[in-house]
Amino acid sequence: MARMKFICDAERCIECNGCVTACKAEHDVPWGVNRRRVVTLNDGVPGERSISVACMHCSDAPCMAVCPVDCFYRTDEGVVLHDKDTCIGCGYCSYACPFGAPQFPSNGTFGLRGKMDKCTFCAGGPEANGSQAENEKYGRNRLAEGKLPACAEMCSTKALLGGDGDVVADIFRTRVLTRGKGSEVWGWGTAYGKPTQGSSAPQAKPEARKS
Amino acid sequence: MTRLSIVLVAAVMLVACTEKPQTTTARKADDKPWATAASAYAAAGYKGGDQAAWEQQLKSRAQGQNEYSRTAAP
Repeated sequence: MARMKFICDAERCIECNGCVTACKAEHDVPWGVNRRRVVTLNDGVPGERSISVACMHCSDAPCMAVCPVDCFYRTDEGVVLHDKDTCIGCGYCSYACPFGAPQFPSNGTFGLRGKMDKCTFCAGGPEANGSQAENEKYGRNRLAEGKLPACAEMCSTKALLGGDGDVVADIFRTRVLTRGKGSEVWGWGTAYGKPTQGSSAPQAKPEARKS
Repeated sequence: MTRLSIVLVAAVMLVACTEKPQTTTARKADDKPWATAASAYAAAGYKGGDQAAWEQQLKSRAQGQNEYSRTAAP
């Protein structure tokens, strides 16, 4: 199995915030913490684009590199998780992350900054899978239930794809080639150049192929 | 007598301290996602405990995001 990844298709995202709501509801995320959010560029201007952003579960995660107490770990499936019992809430990861993924609850006594909270790819934390302790600290562990992240599965336009990187890349590649737009961008060939899993989807029209 | 009551009152008051112990300092090891008992919340037809079954389950589940595998060819 490859690494778990998210892909958000900016051509499809309609800024409905369904992914944000799904995440909030699934994990009972407290006020002030947004594990996922939708960012819109050129809001209100014709041609505006929206993209859903959360932890990207980086292969070389900067949050892991800067954490002074080494609370982060990466699972064999490529999901970057952390141990809240080790986290000291210093906020270094927040400064290091280019996506603003680390969140800090601030509704405690004296507005204190609590322990870091972030997207878990619906994979929970180091506590036993599906346990109450895991649920209270990290939310649902959908991966252990044989499911994919709630945000991706709830996306109404399927702009947000989540799962095995090779599989979602195949889905995205087929989609872009079929609509004949998007494969001209820089880096397309490197990122999505060829199928890796023998996509079960039908082949795209030959005239739509680019680069 | 006074000393005894002070000790008793202190003991009663300390009982109210229900804060969970915070002794862990080292990061804990995580379980594999397939290392789980059967759950009422598990996906239909999926039973935990087997890596190959888990991988196949996620792979087929991911195809639910692929509209081209659910509709007729374009």
